[in-house]
Amino acid sequence: MGKLSILLFGMLLAGPAVAANYAPLPGGTFKSVLPADGKAAPAEIAAFQMRTELVTNAEFLAFVNAHPQWRRDQVPAIFADRRYLSHWAGPATLGEDVLPDQPVTRVSWFAAQAFCESEQARLPTWYEWEYAAAADSQRTDARGDPQWRESVLAWYGRPANTPLPTVGGAPDVYGVRDLNGLVWEWVSDFNALLVGADSRDQDGADKMKFCGAGALSMQQKENYATLMRVAMLSSLKASDTVTTMGFRCARSP
Amino acid sequence: MKRLMIGMFFLLLVGQLFAAAPLPGDSVYQFDAKLTDQSGQTWPWSSRQGRVQLVTMFYTSCTMVCPMIVDTMKLTEKAVDEPARDHLDLLMVSFDPERDTVAALHDYAAKRKLTSPHWTLARTEPAEVRQLAALLGLQYRELPNGDFNHSSELILLDAEGRILARTNIIGRIDPAFVEEVRKALGAS
Repeated sequence: MGKLSILLFGMLLAGPAVAANYAPLPGGTFKSVLPADGKAAPAEIAAFQMRTELVTNAEFLAFVNAHPQWRRDQVPAIFADRRYLSHWAGPATLGEDVLPDQPVTRVSWFAAQAFCESEQARLPTWYEWEYAAAADSQRTDARGDPQWRESVLAWYGRPANTPLPTVGGAPDVYGVRDLNGLVWEWVSDFNALLVGADSRDQDGADKMKFCGAGALSMQQKENYATLMRVAMLSSLKASDTVTTMGFRCARSP
Repeated sequence: MKRLMIGMFFLLLVGQLFAAAPLPGDSVYQFDAKLTDQSGQTWPWSSRQGRVQLVTMFYTSCTMVCPMIVDTMKLTEKAVDEPARDHLDLLMVSFDPERDTVAALHDYAAKRKLTSPHWTLARTEPAEVRQLAALLGLQYRELPNGDFNHSSELILLDAEGRILARTNIIGRIDPAFVEEVRKALGAS
């Protein structure tokens, strides 16, 4: 046991073994479930790079070791709620039930952002995420395929008490993995989605909630899986942590 | 043992008097940002601590519901009687640092008769706007035409930066919110 911990400690000292991989995505005009103008305008997305894998428990552990202000016993409550990293055995220990290469979850938006900054990156915007997640192994935009939509939706029926799979699912056409089917993911502009409590009611109660054009109306009703992501993100506060919510980072080229 | 305890207690008291007490974990002033006000002064966000604040976010070129946010700030301020009113600060931070330059903020303050030192209109660096909004629990979205959609809320901060209350009632007074402001100022 002693030998093992020395070995593990040695590995920690050696630092992150491999720098995270980022895949280039070309950007372009993209028809999002959230029209850019709140009505019908497509999103304009500049070329960017997306982290091919979700941030794992091991990577996040290395981050809190290097930046102790993000340990769960040191982080100010304004940046992360009480359940932040609460599934780990200790503030700097994963424990036996938490696998190093499972995606890290129960992280707040502030913590996710700080992690991305530590690898000279940022969180992806919602449009970047949705655009990347529209791809499958063959196509850059598989959303028109009912079978693809069905397969994405199937994840939402997975019981929440089954352990999270590890990262490293099949790569999509860009080489990015696990965008669908593993966890919810933070985006940089989660507080820009402005979805009303009931977006069928455009001229009703939400009119005063948001100054300007009011709540956004969501498009592409057949794309439930993506709409659920938007609803989930727009219901969160930046300090919230969620059992099944992780993140990955992005970079502008 | 007892003497030790008394000694430590005394030390604690002295510490409280001479060192600035550490910020509470749920204080918004834990966030590190710099703001620049309508007179061109730049200061750390955390320098707002020490006074009760009414905070909101806005942008000056907004022509829709937003001017009513200023009206509601004014109504809420007036609903607090002197001398307590004198201890209330009002801060409006722009969603739109591109267009809301110091000059734009200065003009807006003059036009709406928002006088210093009680009123502060401020801008921050673009990268910090979204973080500040997230910290305060406000949502906003820039539209392709340069307008912003945003939540309209007033937020009450205590002297240490804890969020005591918020209201999304705009255009008239929210009596429950005003009561919270009075309480925060020790006026009720």
